[in-house]
Amino acid sequence: MDIKKLTVSSSPHLHSGDTVRQAMLLVLLALAPAALFAVYHFGWYVLAILLTGTISAVLAETALLRFMKKPLTIVLDGSAALTGLLLALNVPAGAPLWMVAIGAFMAIIIGKHVFGGLGYNPFNPALVGRAILVSSWPAHMMAWVGPGLISSATPLAMQRAGEAVPPYLDLFFGLKAGSLGEVSVFLLLLGGIFLICKRVIDWKIPAAYLATVALMTWVLPARGQIGFFAGDPLMHVLSGGLVLGAFFMATDWVTSPVTKLGRVVMGLGAGIITAVIRLYGGLPEGVTFAILIMNGLTPLIDRYTMGRRFGVR
Amino acid sequence: MVPNLFAIFFGAILINNFVLTRFLGICPFLGVSKKIETAVGMSLAVIFVMTVASLATWGIQTYLLMPFNMLYLRTISFILVIAVLVQFVEMVMLKATPTLYQALGVYLPLITTNCAVLGVTLLNLNENYTLVQSLMHGFAGGVGFGLAIVVFAGIRERLDFAPIPKALEGFPIALIVAGLLSIAFSGFQGLL
Amino acid sequence: MRSLRVFSRGLVDENPVFRLLLGMCPTLAVSTAAINGLGMGLAAAAVLVASNILISLLRSVIPDKIRIPCYIVVIATFVTMVDLLMAAFVPDLHAVLGIFIPLIVVNCIVLQRAEAFASKNTVFMSAVDGIGMGLGFTVALMILASIREVIGSGTFFGISVLPLAFEPMKLMVSPPGAFISLGLIIGLINYLKNRREAERGA
Repeated sequence: MDIKKLTVSSSPHLHSGDTVRQAMLLVLLALAPAALFAVYHFGWYVLAILLTGTISAVLAETALLRFMKKPLTIVLDGSAALTGLLLALNVPAGAPLWMVAIGAFMAIIIGKHVFGGLGYNPFNPALVGRAILVSSWPAHMMAWVGPGLISSATPLAMQRAGEAVPPYLDLFFGLKAGSLGEVSVFLLLLGGIFLICKRVIDWKIPAAYLATVALMTWVLPARGQIGFFAGDPLMHVLSGGLVLGAFFMATDWVTSPVTKLGRVVMGLGAGIITAVIRLYGGLPEGVTFAILIMNGLTPLIDRYTMGRRFGVR
Repeated sequence: MVPNLFAIFFGAILINNFVLTRFLGICPFLGVSKKIETAVGMSLAVIFVMTVASLATWGIQTYLLMPFNMLYLRTISFILVIAVLVQFVEMVMLKATPTLYQALGVYLPLITTNCAVLGVTLLNLNENYTLVQSLMHGFAGGVGFGLAIVVFAGIRERLDFAPIPKALEGFPIALIVAGLLSIAFSGFQGLL
Repeated sequence: MRSLRVFSRGLVDENPVFRLLLGMCPTLAVSTAAINGLGMGLAAAAVLVASNILISLLRSVIPDKIRIPCYIVVIATFVTMVDLLMAAFVPDLHAVLGIFIPLIVVNCIVLQRAEAFASKNTVFMSAVDGIGMGLGFTVALMILASIREVIGSGTFFGISVLPLAFEPMKLMVSPPGAFISLGLIIGLINYLKNRREAERGA
């Protein structure tokens, strides 16, 4: 018997047959309605952004795998495509295509492959790409537009400026300005609930995240305001990148805690940071940075919520 | 007075984090961050020394350098004070709290050349901080250093198991992680 | 010939920034523009050469037990001189470099060369070592600062060098950009070195 043919691996030896690829496809499926709505709402240019983001990410991954002499089939796991799509969903609808492409390259290179590829990246790659774009070309990343790519303020910016915010129903169904994937809260929620039912993501992170933001924005007075319990939590939950971030990015398997308590802490922490930045920060929105900071804290959260190991003092 | 201290505290930790935005204390940040325990020990020692150094240099500045118009001696006098102070703290700790000394002692000699310590005393002087403000700045600067290095150590422990490309192993990947942490903290810009 | 080897070592094989990873704080902090990198590099080089010479002269006088405080006093003296000279003759640059000029005192490069080289070698060799290490530091700072300035501001020594259509990548001149670009540059140097060694070995 040829001993080399035996593979030695640690348990578990039986698994359900779920693969990374299946999970990635489910997430892509769950994001599709919100992405299609963005095309309908903003116009055909959005389709170009979505394609640029996805294709650039896949190309970057293929080129890197080739350079590092790793099997090219890794790109078929769909994670690069998902990263590219998520990045594209996180830019304003009028973003220049070259910038989307650079963001996707950065997400794949700095966000993922410098750490050895999928499963080892400490930060969510799509958010790394987005944060790099925000710090590099803030003017483009804050050039918010509405339908027909006509410039228009986001609800959060309107609220800060003391202007009237669109009615809740408009915020819920997506008739507003913002990053192209974040507008339709309704479709994002459908996608998120679908993923929870399919057990791709854990409900604890988005639930804790949304609840914390709602509570804090309701209780605390924003900068320059007085009086507690006077905020507008519903507006805050329905605006900005919160729902997109809470369901589709804070829940990333690799960069969020594995323990149950840890996941609650993750949602709580991200919620606190998001609310603090929204209420008191220089930027109107803080979801990207909040999730990135909690990604950074994830190893510590896991470590201190893991519980005692048996047999160890 | 109180809101001002509040601003100094959060400013030094979140907005102008000593390590991630001001680039002070990079050597220990990169060097003593391989394990969470050592990172915690180092941070506690740094918080302590930075607070006491802020106090001591404030005294020197107010009662010696200013009255005699010798502010140009600030660098040399501050570094000497810090060196003596670290030495002194080491001796006191050894006598008074041997357990604490065992936990922090190994980090103490390294702190003299930690530029976060000399940095905070020079910044206090540049900003014309009062005694209380200086103390707060020293303490918060140390906490900011501690926060950055402990989070960083957590990530680095996890990266021990990652198949990082050979050319990036060690310092390059550590610098990239630091950069990404710095980007994440940049979300606090304009806070307060 | 040994002096030539001592000199070139600091520039390439033991480049303080890219190989020994010393003096990271000023490297990261002031490398936002080529002119800052040059100024900082030369200031540190001047301190390095002067302190190397003096410490080498005093090496038989300084008691072993308190050598580190003695070195620090010598270094701090030269740093104060450089600080005052820069404030007088290049006030703009001095203002930009801020506390990183006085912080040369705790720059690991200077103390490390005093401890590892000047305290054991002749005055001439210590001077050569100081010049080599100082230039190595300056060159490394210039490389990093030039890359950051060109990509992050589209200029080189303040002069526009890229077409107008190029939109500068502001990240490069911000703090995160310092960490990431230095990490990638050291990674690239390691990669080239590994490849060269592999070719030699093969």
